[in-house]
Amino acid sequence: MDTKLKNYIVKENGDIILNMGPQHPSTHGVLRLEVVLKGETVKQVVPHIGYIHRGIEKMCEYDTYKQIIHLTDRMDYLSAHMNNEAVCLLVENALGIEVPERVKYIRVVLDELTRIASHQLWWSAYGMDLGALTAFFYGMRDRERILDIFEESFGSRLLHSFNTPGGLMHDVHPNFQKHTMEFVKYFRKKLPEYHQLLTDNVIFRNRTQGIGVMSKETAIAYGVTGPSGRGSGYSCDVRKIAPYGVYDQLEFEEIIYDEGDSFARYMVRMKEIEQSLNIIEQAVDKITDGPYTAKVKPIIKLPEGEYYQRVETARGELGVYVVSDGKKFPYRMHFRSPNFNNLFVLNTIAKGHLIADLVAISGSLDLVIPDIDR
Amino acid sequence: MSGVIKYFADILHGIKTLWGGMRITGKYFLSPKEIVTQQYPEIRHKQKIVYDRFKGEVIMPHDENNQHNCTGCGVCEMYCPNGSIEIITKKIPGENGKMIKVIDKHIYHLSMCTFCGLCIKVCPTQALAWGQNFEHAVYDRSKLTKVLNKPGSSYKGLNKKKEAKS
Amino acid sequence: MHDRIYDFSQLTHHIDQALRSVMSPTWTVITELVIIGLIFLGFYALLGLFLVYAERKVCALMQNRIGPNRVGKWGTLQTVADLIKLLTKELVYIKRSDKFLYNLAPFIVIVASFLAIAAVPFAKGLQAVDLDIGIFYIIAVTSLGVIGILLGGWASNSKYSLIGAMRSGAQVVSYELSVGLSLLSIVIFTGSTRLSTIIASQADGWWIFKGHIPAVIAFLIYLVAATAEINRGPFDLPEAESELTAGFHTEYSGIKFAMFFLAEYMNMFLVAAIATTLFLGGWMPFHIGHWDAFNRIMDYIPSIIWFFGKVFFIIYVIMWFKWTFPRLRIDQLLKLEWKYLLPLNLINTIIIAFIVMMGWYF
Repeated sequence: MDTKLKNYIVKENGDIILNMGPQHPSTHGVLRLEVVLKGETVKQVVPHIGYIHRGIEKMCEYDTYKQIIHLTDRMDYLSAHMNNEAVCLLVENALGIEVPERVKYIRVVLDELTRIASHQLWWSAYGMDLGALTAFFYGMRDRERILDIFEESFGSRLLHSFNTPGGLMHDVHPNFQKHTMEFVKYFRKKLPEYHQLLTDNVIFRNRTQGIGVMSKETAIAYGVTGPSGRGSGYSCDVRKIAPYGVYDQLEFEEIIYDEGDSFARYMVRMKEIEQSLNIIEQAVDKITDGPYTAKVKPIIKLPEGEYYQRVETARGELGVYVVSDGKKFPYRMHFRSPNFNNLFVLNTIAKGHLIADLVAISGSLDLVIPDIDR
Repeated sequence: MSGVIKYFADILHGIKTLWGGMRITGKYFLSPKEIVTQQYPEIRHKQKIVYDRFKGEVIMPHDENNQHNCTGCGVCEMYCPNGSIEIITKKIPGENGKMIKVIDKHIYHLSMCTFCGLCIKVCPTQALAWGQNFEHAVYDRSKLTKVLNKPGSSYKGLNKKKEAKS
Repeated sequence: MHDRIYDFSQLTHHIDQALRSVMSPTWTVITELVIIGLIFLGFYALLGLFLVYAERKVCALMQNRIGPNRVGKWGTLQTVADLIKLLTKELVYIKRSDKFLYNLAPFIVIVASFLAIAAVPFAKGLQAVDLDIGIFYIIAVTSLGVIGILLGGWASNSKYSLIGAMRSGAQVVSYELSVGLSLLSIVIFTGSTRLSTIIASQADGWWIFKGHIPAVIAFLIYLVAATAEINRGPFDLPEAESELTAGFHTEYSGIKFAMFFLAEYMNMFLVAAIATTLFLGGWMPFHIGHWDAFNRIMDYIPSIIWFFGKVFFIIYVIMWFKWTFPRLRIDQLLKLEWKYLLPLNLINTIIIAFIVMMGWYF
């Protein structure tokens, strides 16, 4: 073998540089991880982002506030509804629009349904990352029921630009409440199977427990939020610390685990599904009759100034920052996306683990790549 | 000694949890009724596969006289975030010799549409609606550019205006 | 009577006689070799196609899906269509790869699995070679396949392939011990490594029943270790899809990939065949003590059906493993072998030796 070939595979000191991605089964999107390996041990992970950069923030500067909604769908496509809500809440708070009660409760139900669907997809994909391929299909099978509810009401299954400043685009389907409750009943029956198949499994526990430990300090330093942050004992649920909508009138727990490993992050999400089911049960009954939208001017102009609104998406804290110069387009729009922060903690917590653990760790952070690049 | 007991307890616990997982998959293996797959092209003729509100494409409903509701005002074009809609209007002589503006072509680029629904929501005359067709695959991209108003169609309101005047 | 109608040795004997009457003994042997080779080749291809189809159907049912259902009735011709696709695909040339070894690797893998099939007793009198050292031969030959995997991983000049191949090396070397030791327990029971003798010793009861709990433990350990040895899930680390994209065969395409793929399924068949022969009585029917009427009915089922029934049951169990469990990590894989399977196996072997010495088995 010639020396050229040797150098191509291995560096002088025996390190291997492995490019995971942009096309790789476990990066779940076009993310490139430049991994420096010593044997199978990870010495360094350098994430390279930008493969799916679409310039959403810049595009927002040429769209009215109503048009921006459909762009936010395409950032974190698994929590599309929460992204919509963030912009809507910002506009409503800035203009002082009072949203009808009915809309508030419908939004909460949709938030939690989206959260469950997102966690189900994550559970499926995490099982697949760790090699349990059947888990993928069970998660997808149950997620289908939520998507059917969405399709019945909004006509689309994933990117339903359903929110609009002041309320909803149109009213929900008359069967919405009934089908939602049917789903809750169905999924409570199926959830123990999830635990039996994966959570209790000794191989799964060995693969996740003690892997990728993130301390609370690290989580705060990197700004890791959402279930990933709460797995490290960092109380960061926006629904609790800065309630929006009607979250302050509903009873639910903020799930916090102190271990900080992949299994803790896993358990936070699994327990959050149960909490979301509780929230849905409370909120569905409170959906009263009434208008589905408040009166809003056809062209929204925010008064001059800076605005910030944060919501809790399925992956963490999404912040929307708007600088307005009083015209119908925002002067500058910025999104604080949770995945960006959650990704860059990877190097710190994956160092020293094996390459198989890198997959387990990056899977447990639940990354959605279009949200990182925007 | 406790180490030995723990060693065997670990093995037993492992086997127990593994068997728990195998019971789930085994149960589904033996119950073919749980299959959720839909056989797509065949099922199309047997049952409805999308809901009534499904956002397949933007259509312009025409009535039996080949008339639609579009006035050609251009609000949908203005609201569309990605420029999927182009309105081309023409002027035709009206009743009393005055030129009135009517729709000539309502061009809809399906390939650019993101199905946000703003055009349908803002239309003042409810001329647009969602169509449930979702089989949009074509071999030529230019076929995705559609003219929504059918050839020879006219605005419903024109007759009403005439009736009201006469 | 039933002893004779299902005995293939009569048939093979007649063919042998007929050939000898028309040609010299040397040519007879050569002709017979060619015939057996062709039969095995056909069997190999058909079985490979069937196993791929079976795996897809089994996993589909476990995952609430229908599985292949378009080509042929119930999708039975799906794998044939896939094979045609693989045959017509381009063989990708890898830049800066060791071309000779790269092309050689799939052949080594497939030849290794092909060699072992010669010693498998399919039914009464249906065995190509009945070697004195049958078990030893099979163990030796099946573990040759890892050389092909190592070569393929090294020669394709890809880091994923390299890591996968190295994992495979560590894995097969470790698990070979457990496989060997658990097979040894049956050799202790029978006192012979000849496969026909082992089967004959199970005429009055299979070893898994006759050998008490130690035989059951040996069987379970064999099942786990053999699953690991043939690189199937949950031990499919060399081709760990989510980490190494496809492991050692990342860079292979077309028919070369198909060879790796086929060899994997054939190895699964071989492992199941060995387990059947040693633990489940080979082609021997199922007998219960003194239930003579029951035993008679069982005797009327042809031995080849008994053999394939048991083999497919074990193959189903191996598939069940794969479609349920998450994948292990490489250090956990080795820990499982060296910390759990091997010590247990050693203790088990000693217990079996003790049982045999005291004559406590039936």
